[in-house]
Amino acid sequence: MTKYLIRRLIIAVPTLLGISVVIFVILSLAPGDPFSELALNPNVPVEVRENLRRQLGMDDPIHVRYVKWLTSLLQGNLGYSFVSRVDVTQLIWQRLPTTLFVMGSAYVIALLIAVPVGVISAVRQYSWLDNLATTLAFIGFSLPTFFTGLIFILVFSIYLRWLPMVFTTNIQATGPAWFLEILRHAIMPIMVLALFEGAVLTRYVRASMLDVIRMDYINVARAKGLSERAVIIRHGLRNALIPVVTIMALQIPGIFTGAIVTEQIFRVPGIGSLLISSIQLKDTPVVMAIVFAYAVLVVVFNLIADLAYGVLDPRIRYD
Amino acid sequence: MAAGPGFAPAAARTAEAVLARPPRTLWADAWRQFRRHRLAMFGLFVLSFMVVATAFGPFVYPVGFNEIDMTQRLKPPSPAHPLGTDDLGQDILARILFGGRVSIAVGLAAMFIAVTIGTAVGAVSGYFGGTVDQVLMRLTDLFIALPPLPLLLLVIYLFRDPVRNVFGPELGIFLLMVTVIGSLRWMPVARLVRASFLSIKEKEFIEAARCIGVPGFRMAVVHMLPNALSPVIVAASLGVAAAILQESTLSFLGLGFPPDMPTWGRLLFDAKDRLDMAPHWAIFPGLAIFLTVLSINFIGDGLRDALDPRKVS
Repeated sequence: MTKYLIRRLIIAVPTLLGISVVIFVILSLAPGDPFSELALNPNVPVEVRENLRRQLGMDDPIHVRYVKWLTSLLQGNLGYSFVSRVDVTQLIWQRLPTTLFVMGSAYVIALLIAVPVGVISAVRQYSWLDNLATTLAFIGFSLPTFFTGLIFILVFSIYLRWLPMVFTTNIQATGPAWFLEILRHAIMPIMVLALFEGAVLTRYVRASMLDVIRMDYINVARAKGLSERAVIIRHGLRNALIPVVTIMALQIPGIFTGAIVTEQIFRVPGIGSLLISSIQLKDTPVVMAIVFAYAVLVVVFNLIADLAYGVLDPRIRYD
Repeated sequence: MAAGPGFAPAAARTAEAVLARPPRTLWADAWRQFRRHRLAMFGLFVLSFMVVATAFGPFVYPVGFNEIDMTQRLKPPSPAHPLGTDDLGQDILARILFGGRVSIAVGLAAMFIAVTIGTAVGAVSGYFGGTVDQVLMRLTDLFIALPPLPLLLLVIYLFRDPVRNVFGPELGIFLLMVTVIGSLRWMPVARLVRASFLSIKEKEFIEAARCIGVPGFRMAVVHMLPNALSPVIVAASLGVAAAILQESTLSFLGLGFPPDMPTWGRLLFDAKDRLDMAPHWAIFPGLAIFLTVLSINFIGDGLRDALDPRKVS
């Protein structure tokens, strides 16, 4: 297991390097200069500007700049924000927990919806329940997250006045009251994401379960007199979940898309909204670091999915 | 099974009658199968309606999409404005009809690019195998690991102005968006085509074609590619829906088309701060996106049932 983990980590390195090259090339090809603002400022003399450029290495050839950037990246130094002069690493660490909290809870809820619904749908294929679930799943993943988000705000914040429109983590309460407040703020962004992901996953759980319950070993389990429940859950579901784990890993870049949109709608202070605001402010180091952070998260979650494989499927050998 | 009663009429049928019947083609069979999928037919109907409405609607509907009327601001639906007006008194129906053209065109064009790249990469990879395959598949894996929306945002933001200067504001952003969405969506197609090519390569008819001296390129394009198309068609139809969603997402984040190009996502972006006063402004464009994407997804599902020979059930 440890050996396998190490090997997977080593495979992840070229992927990350590749991603960093892609991002760096895109940024370098782009016209526009963070110092153009300075150029418009008559109070900054030309020599000062040129000195600054040289100091920051803006005039070096592209491969030199890449190596410099990568070296400081490996030392955990992502540079400073052009706008707020704050360490980029610090900025990201401030925002990351909120993003992971919203995304993580959304994914857990999505699974809690998708697994039972998908299993029931498959076991009772073509029943009214299955038809209903399949149709709802279709509707669920055809509804864009930004539209669901607006509908939620319209219904729960504007008409019913139950929930606040804007997310805040700054809550002045303790104990159960604090938890309730968090819930009130976080439930809409989380549910928007969870419903979308739940709909996508339901279809995969159903399809995978349909494949599995046709297998001979399911008949064997029934024939030896196990209860239907044990047959479906212990023999069926466990096998059906193996391909679903792959799909979940492949879905992760997609969830980031949803998370950026929800963060924007509900003004969740996560890295998604930081990305949008940095793009608007032309804050290159922050933009670059966040895009790279997303890429790292994708690789990390893929790794977790690979390891989850082993837990679910004892046939996989780690050598 | 012995020759049951079901065989008698068939035996009685004359050979001429059988030969006179028009031959069943792959596509006719697929269409027969597709028609049986009720939701797919529903999707086809709704999508045709949307396409016809956005293509011809702006000619038929009398109100211009950018006619400003400050006396009619944020009005709910009424006979004069069936879907209401926005904060400049512009007619929302007219804007949805016009915006739909852009949204659907972006979806189709982006998918066309994605399918072209994907098919080329997949075909080369599957046909040659070996090192070429290894390199191309690693590249595909790398692209799969890229987070699409952050990258799209990055590219569009960085290149928006220069592209606009070269091609003009509308065409420029259209080309940029289509290229970027397309070049971040080809990976599933490449994998599907590669997988099909790998299995087709081993078939007898390819061996036969090689025996009669079919050259390599012709082999790949004429003999292998058509047999790899079914999964590509399904992926392409679903990809159009995804590309439309991606365009609306970008426009919704304010990084898509300029405000005078009212795509569906852009309409929602403009509407989102007036939800309390003018909910209709957000609901109708949102419904347009939803219905289009839903019907394309249904069609994709129907196509999968009709074209996939190894489908379950």
